[in-house]
Amino acid sequence: MLRLILKKLGLLIPTFIGVTLTSFFFIRLLPGDPILLLAGERGVSPERYNELMIQFGYNDPIWQQYLTYLGNLFQGDLGASIVTKQPVLQEFMTLFPATVELGVCAMLFAVIVGLPAGIIAAVKRGKTLDHTVMTTALAGYSMPIFWWGLLLIILFSGMLGWTPVSGRISFMYWIEPVTGFMLIDTLLSDEPGAFGSAVSHLILPTIVLGTIPLAVIARQTRSAMLEVLDEDYVRTARAKGLSNFRVIGIHALRNALIPVITIIGLQIGVLFAGAILTESIFSWPGVGKWMVDSIFRRDYPVVQGGLLMIAVIVMIVNLIVDLMYGLINPKIRHTE
Amino acid sequence: MALLEIENLTVEFDTVDGRFRALDGVSYSIDAGEVLAVVGESGSGKSVAMLAVMGLLANNGHLWADKLEFEGYDLLTMSAKQRRDIIGKDISMIFQEPIASLNPCFTVGAQIDETLKEHTEMSRGERKARAIELLDSVGMPDSAKALKKYPHQMSGGQCQRVMIAMAIACKPKLLIADEPTTALDVTIQKQILDLLLDLQHESGMGLIMITHDMAVVAETADRVVVQYKGKKMEEADVLSLFESPQNSYTKALLSALPENATGDRLPTVSDFHLGDGGAA
Amino acid sequence: MADVTQNSAPDTRFELIVNFWRHFRTNRGAVAGLIFFIALVIIALGAWFIAPHSPIEQYRDALLLPPAWQEGGDWSYVLGTDAVGRDLLSRLIYGSQYSLFIGVVVVSVALVVGVCLGLVAGTFGGWIDTFIMRIMDIILAFPSLLLALVLVAILGPSLLNAMIAIAVVQQPYYVRLTRASVMSEMSREYVMAARVSGVRTLRLMFVTVLPNCMAPLIVQAALSFSTAILDAAALGFLGMGAQPPTPEWGTMLAESREFILRAPWVVTFPGLAILTTVLAINLIGDGLRDALDPKLKRS
Repeated sequence: MLRLILKKLGLLIPTFIGVTLTSFFFIRLLPGDPILLLAGERGVSPERYNELMIQFGYNDPIWQQYLTYLGNLFQGDLGASIVTKQPVLQEFMTLFPATVELGVCAMLFAVIVGLPAGIIAAVKRGKTLDHTVMTTALAGYSMPIFWWGLLLIILFSGMLGWTPVSGRISFMYWIEPVTGFMLIDTLLSDEPGAFGSAVSHLILPTIVLGTIPLAVIARQTRSAMLEVLDEDYVRTARAKGLSNFRVIGIHALRNALIPVITIIGLQIGVLFAGAILTESIFSWPGVGKWMVDSIFRRDYPVVQGGLLMIAVIVMIVNLIVDLMYGLINPKIRHTE
Repeated sequence: MALLEIENLTVEFDTVDGRFRALDGVSYSIDAGEVLAVVGESGSGKSVAMLAVMGLLANNGHLWADKLEFEGYDLLTMSAKQRRDIIGKDISMIFQEPIASLNPCFTVGAQIDETLKEHTEMSRGERKARAIELLDSVGMPDSAKALKKYPHQMSGGQCQRVMIAMAIACKPKLLIADEPTTALDVTIQKQILDLLLDLQHESGMGLIMITHDMAVVAETADRVVVQYKGKKMEEADVLSLFESPQNSYTKALLSALPENATGDRLPTVSDFHLGDGGAA
Repeated sequence: MADVTQNSAPDTRFELIVNFWRHFRTNRGAVAGLIFFIALVIIALGAWFIAPHSPIEQYRDALLLPPAWQEGGDWSYVLGTDAVGRDLLSRLIYGSQYSLFIGVVVVSVALVVGVCLGLVAGTFGGWIDTFIMRIMDIILAFPSLLLALVLVAILGPSLLNAMIAIAVVQQPYYVRLTRASVMSEMSREYVMAARVSGVRTLRLMFVTVLPNCMAPLIVQAALSFSTAILDAAALGFLGMGAQPPTPEWGTMLAESREFILRAPWVVTFPGLAILTTVLAINLIGDGLRDALDPKLKRS
């Protein structure tokens, strides 16, 4: 098992170098002079320009610039935002919990609804219920989520007035960020009703962000279950006189989960892409909205740093999923 | 009263090309302590009747029978819940592919334990002791260690021993063995057959042996049912079947045995021109 | 049923197509998707003829008109008008041109580049293979939409650049698919036979091996056609794709965002157009997969 982990880590090294190269060259590939880009719209004097050229090392050979960049990375220095002058890493860390909170809720929603939907469709294979569930899933999979978000706002915020339109919590509350997760922070604070407000702000973004993963999970669960339900060991389980629930919910599902968990892990990348749109629609102060805003504000150090951080996080999560696949599959776990 | 009585059982499956009749009006019965062999080539419907008894027919299967009774209980009208109380306990079954028939995600011990938990009132400790005892009785070396193994860590023969241990866990009155040795090495086949016969002898349970192999029939059975294309061709005790087969299909089947070959070439069943059914 | 058609290997290309159609036809969803898609192509090609108004002409006397069947609607603007008085139906009809165009361009570029890289990687192996596949891993390490956004930030926001960015993001899937099928085909007897008889490598790659890898590529093409439309609309929505006043559906949504509570129809219809188009193509994709790959039929 340890050898497996080391081997997978080894495979990640070239990808990691590639990712750092991508983010390194991102600023240098932008049309126009990097210093002028960094200076923003006000421009700089020629003296200051030369100073900055030396300060940022743009006169050095390109490989040296890359090594400097890499060195800074390992010290946690991702540069500073042009707009706020804050270190990029610090900004990222402030905003990241909001994205994680939304992402975790969306994933929970997707799994809690998608998994049973897929199981039911597989068990009722070919029946009306199966067709209904699968057509709905395909529609979810085809959903332009930015429109889906607007539609839900029209319905639940506009017509019914049930949910707020944007943000993480009502303006009435000021919550001290302890963990950065609003659901936890509101519980820690003594503000009455703050938790409820946080929940109501989370509902629509969760549904929107969870829609595509939900559809993918439902479809994958169904096909994995169909495959497993035909297996001999499921017949054995029935021959033992076990209840339908045990046969399907334990014997079949335990095996079907192996491919499904892999798929769930692969949704993390999808989740980040979705977070860009979802956070923009609901003004959710997370990493996705921060990236889009920074692109518009031409805050390139932020884009560069954010790109790198997100890619590294996706890589780490994929590694964990890969290892989990080994853990839940006895055939891999118990092979010497 | 017979242990299991089947009268005029018909099973059909829905397929894309319409209804397919897998079993056509078959009747036979088995008594306690008896070994009955059901022989036929693949597609003769020999397993279908047993799957029907166990309630394991696929969703697209339909069955009719004049009688389908186990110990006088009517399997046709019984609820699914009542049937689940019987199968796995009083009637149990083992299958052709032992490795595929065990769940790859659970240990052998957990899978034996599950049967005991479902059908007995034993405590956790009692169940574990019983599982070890069962594995010993099917000749598993180092039973205590075997409990913690996963199916893929065992050979086909060992997996079939586990399947047998699971099947006899609740001291069934009837054991159905569906081609139990077909997927195994020749050297292992004999061991498994001997094990099944020993267990049958000790416990006095009924044993239905489904096979395509006349050698297995000769070695194990008291009585034989020959099936072809979903119909019963012949039923006889094993000696008279081998000595004076009545039905042309049975004759063909017996001539296809290597021991009975006379010419240069081994005859096959299709060498004997059988009318559809060909009943005597 | 399926077994019969599988076992009797079809010997002519015509039979192959007939066979495929027989499978495809049984999937009602796929057929419905195909009909919708064909209708959409006709609408896109005949937009000049079908659309009642120009997509960019602003009727100043008819701002934010609701659909005709609602109170205050006008039958000359069936689906209503947007904030500057443009006819929504006409804009949607012209928008179909953009969506189909985006799909065709992105899939063609990603397919051609991806297949070539995949063929090279699979045929030659060694360091070339490692190099190509590591680059693909790097592209796949970024969330697709984020990478596309950043590429557009570098290239500048426009429809063309959005299409390039989406094609770049999508082609790793083609590379991986092609490489995998090439590697499995390479070990087959017929490739050995071709090699022994002295077929040149280039001919071997494109004429001998490639046609046998087509099935998964066709399915992937259908799926990435729909993804391309979705991603282009998303970029348009974020203001990084087609620029106003282009009647691209995602861009239309972005323009109408501020009116969602006042005039829901300007938001509803463009999104509905995206959803139905993408759904239709995905239905076709599922049907293609089932018909081309009987092994996957059950799923």
